[in-house]
Amino acid sequence: MTVHELLQLPDLTALCLEDGEREIDGVYIGDLLSWVMGRAQSGNAWITIMSNINVLAVASLADVSCVILAEGVTLSEELLTAAKEKGINVLSSSKPAYETARLLFGSLS
Amino acid sequence: MSEPLIFHFDVDGDNFTSAGQASVTIKKDLRRLGLSSEIIRRVSIAMYEGEINMVIHAGGGVADVRVFEEYIEIVLTDRGPGISNIDQAMQEGFSTAPDAIRSLGFGAGMGLPNMKRYTDDMKIETVVGEGTTITMRVNLT
Repeated sequence: MTVHELLQLPDLTALCLEDGEREIDGVYIGDLLSWVMGRAQSGNAWITIMSNINVLAVASLADVSCVILAEGVTLSEELLTAAKEKGINVLSSSKPAYETARLLFGSLS
Repeated sequence: MSEPLIFHFDVDGDNFTSAGQASVTIKKDLRRLGLSSEIIRRVSIAMYEGEINMVIHAGGGVADVRVFEEYIEIVLTDRGPGISNIDQAMQEGFSTAPDAIRSLGFGAGMGLPNMKRYTDDMKIETVVGEGTTITMRVNLT
């Protein structure tokens, strides 16, 4: 499933869709950035509530397919511009991380 | 044997939000060299963790990356406080980062363990009160 296709799900909206055709391969949930870098796999959709500039660096370096900000968290205009420059897909979910993961589970499996 | 390609970066110790510039730049440079995405991922994550460590603990430092035919070497040097107990610092979950850093999502005690995890060899030379040099190697063959 691609990031673009994932956006068909209810409760998800695109904040920055730079590479909608990127395939999603699994899901990782976490807010501690080093933990994410150590454990997330390339291609994972990364669900987090963190929304600072370092999230974009980690998303880029860990090579995740998209960042999904749970609990309706969004990015500032400045960070959205940075996400665009870095080519990072950023989505927002109105649901908590667990509910968001459940949504993805139903679609990815 | 051909000369290695050398990349040098100054890591600004004052600017936490720009930490990661060197790793993001090296990621682009390595991609241009046509290296595999997994190698690039390992090198850039190891370097990012090192950068973050230098910003949190040492007031910045320098990062040198040398690309040889058979391996990539990353050398991170700082003039920070040094590491008094390396075994403890290498334990997952052990951290001396202040709360302000934790609120940014760092300070999970995974920096050095991640650097070891993603590289084939890692050497720490440190003198308390003088600084730390970390040399990492990622094999290309």
